[in-house]
Amino acid sequence: MVMEIVCPAGTPAALRAAVKAGAHTVYCGFNDETNARNFPGLNFNRSEMRDAVSFAHQHGSKVLVAINTFPRAGDEAIWHSAVADAETCGADAVILADLGLLDHTARTHPGLRRHLSVQAAAANADVINFYADTFGVKRVVLPRVLSVPEIAAINAETEVETEVFVFGGLCVMAEGRCSLSSYATGLSPNMNGVCSPASHVDYSEDQGVLDARLGGYLIHRVDKGEPAPYPTLCKGCFTAGSQTGHLFEDPVSLNAEQLIPQLQKAGVTALKIEGRQRSKSYVAQVVRNFRAAVDALEAGRPMPEGMLARLSEGQAMTTGAYKKTWR
Amino acid sequence: MELTVGPSQFFWPADFWTGFYQDLTQSPVDRVVIGELVCSKRLPFYQDRIPDAISALIEAGKQVSLTSLALITLKRERKLTAELAEMGVTVEVNDLTALAHLPKGCAFTVGPLVNVYNEGTLNWLAARGANRVCLPPELPLESVEALTRVANDLDIAIEVWGHGRLPLAISGRCYHARLHGRTKDNCQFACEDDPDGLEVLTGDGRPFMAMNGVQTLSDSYACTDHQIDQLRWVGVSALRLSPQSKGFAKLCILYRQRLDQTLPQGGVAKAITTEDPALRLSDGFLTGACGADWSGTS
Amino acid sequence: MSDPHITIPHCPAPLAAALRLVPLAPLSLSLTVFARKIARTSPGLFQRLGEYRQTDFVLDPVDLPIVLCLNPNDGRPKVTLTRGRGKGVARISGPLAALLGLVHGAFDGDALFFSRDLVVEGDTGAALALRNAVDDAELDLAQEAARLSGPFARPVQQLIALAERQTGLCLTRPEDAVVW
Repeated sequence: MVMEIVCPAGTPAALRAAVKAGAHTVYCGFNDETNARNFPGLNFNRSEMRDAVSFAHQHGSKVLVAINTFPRAGDEAIWHSAVADAETCGADAVILADLGLLDHTARTHPGLRRHLSVQAAAANADVINFYADTFGVKRVVLPRVLSVPEIAAINAETEVETEVFVFGGLCVMAEGRCSLSSYATGLSPNMNGVCSPASHVDYSEDQGVLDARLGGYLIHRVDKGEPAPYPTLCKGCFTAGSQTGHLFEDPVSLNAEQLIPQLQKAGVTALKIEGRQRSKSYVAQVVRNFRAAVDALEAGRPMPEGMLARLSEGQAMTTGAYKKTWR
Repeated sequence: MELTVGPSQFFWPADFWTGFYQDLTQSPVDRVVIGELVCSKRLPFYQDRIPDAISALIEAGKQVSLTSLALITLKRERKLTAELAEMGVTVEVNDLTALAHLPKGCAFTVGPLVNVYNEGTLNWLAARGANRVCLPPELPLESVEALTRVANDLDIAIEVWGHGRLPLAISGRCYHARLHGRTKDNCQFACEDDPDGLEVLTGDGRPFMAMNGVQTLSDSYACTDHQIDQLRWVGVSALRLSPQSKGFAKLCILYRQRLDQTLPQGGVAKAITTEDPALRLSDGFLTGACGADWSGTS
Repeated sequence: MSDPHITIPHCPAPLAAALRLVPLAPLSLSLTVFARKIARTSPGLFQRLGEYRQTDFVLDPVDLPIVLCLNPNDGRPKVTLTRGRGKGVARISGPLAALLGLVHGAFDGDALFFSRDLVVEGDTGAALALRNAVDDAELDLAQEAARLSGPFARPVQQLIALAERQTGLCLTRPEDAVVW
């Protein structure tokens, strides 16, 4: 079976671009704090979501709705209505992370397919099977801390479908378990759906030297002509002991294009592309590339060479945790 | 309000580790969570000391529970987790994998690294057997209040991160190993050199974080000195003090005095910063604009 | 844009020089009318701006001697061209081709930013909202301009025709979308 390409869409235009470029599945979110890409100008209101789902369905693509932040105490109704509205809009599944919300969805929307978000950081077969047995989860998005052999081992021990990230921004920390952003800015992926939020970013350029600060902390300083990464905390340049550099992660972006055959052998069902915050032009190009790759694999042709460098942060690529030496 | 000592986040030599828990038998705390939270590779160095430490603490009248790891991926780690329940003390779940191994109906506690953000999650955990939850440190006071209200009805005791470097992130990658140009599998236990974590500075020299193997901590030490009265008022049962290599016995006494109101608001912070003027405190997750904020004046 | 090492064309000097002489007030007025026409056909664009619906933006084509100040004004946008730095809470600077390419969805904003073809200053959240809103709107400036009529149509149409002729800039949506 062809591996499923799961593409991001931050706007209806990006969703249409993804579908036209050959996405089997598109994931997106409502325009509020219920999803982990709650950025200014992004996401779908209810009527846009309804139209988007029907557009995708007309063209044979599926739509997954990410409701993958952790509901705020006292305001769970906002998240509950997001789940109900996703079902009403005709979504093929919801992507959830919170225990309480999984429980609510399993009880009150039993017919709505449930995927486990990467935000739940389910990193072994025991906990994945636990989510399946307890909440009827059908697919898990694996955290970006696993190597290909570990992914294969998980698939050997579970019936739950696995979806893995193959391209885009790379969280070096276990997702859903990180509060670096709220420590520096007060806004976090778990609570607010944002990491290193633009509202707290400050760029200043002086004679070609660009300083990028987040919440007042200097994250990057780059010289004239050097690439300018966004000041994401874990990819900043810091000093510890006698060393200065990218102590946590280099400003690179994940590209596991060449690992697709191994991922298929490891039993992976779906390949996920990160980037709901990126433009429709990005989405279209990445989707075309990956669709060509899985189609080539299916037809027994060699994998096409990657052409996606320019779209990446800092214009450098990594295969991340999929290769064990990354750790 | 009670005092709970959380599991040590750091890699300490076995003898130092033993001495630390020996000292705790004499300290005015009510509960001690013991075991390895951060990295399974550290455990063989002191694993054989754990049963004696547990016995000594129980004998001294402390309640004791045993933590799970914060991030469980390897087969060896899954096996360790499955064996936790056999140690005969309550398990503190810090990765839900531990829950998958606990027999249904078996009582357990929930640590600060499990995402308990709302009533629905609390309800579900209570139904599953949780009787104590230490809330994630990033929660604001309003959420603590809302959750404590529900917890009281569910008979769950709520704990709040009371003092210590904040656990901000956990990763599959070991930063100490990376810093030394090694891989995680060949880390040579670089994190042992930094018994309270290694300070991480920004590009302009500002202290920001502390690295601790696969874990990233805050540079600042969270301190609830200024929120204790509010926390007590909303019904929080216990403050969690996170072990540090120096001055921990004194810290426990200070917080005990503060809870007993023999020390005024600001007294804990004052004593700490008098001892070490370079130390930075924070309480921004509870009441500030961001986690690093500090409501006290130095 | 399948070439990963695309270079952004710079506006040729004659056009830049011409703009140094043109009186800006009538051109500003024409562009305001043009922007309002777009606002009528793409109301979603302003909805997407959310809290930035009344924000002053400065768009600075670094290869031209002018900057464009834009206030969405909650759906009744105002455009002012000036020769100074302009005033606004968010500034997006880059070659005219990069700015127009963004509007038409030919380029990815993040990619241009990583390569430093685009520079954002001031309120990054506002700049991001504008980028995202414009990206969703699927605008086609040349087509919109062709549909303009009345006294303000000619200056805008002439400007766009001139720019297109002289530079080969991206003034229409290059999408395969059109034929799809």
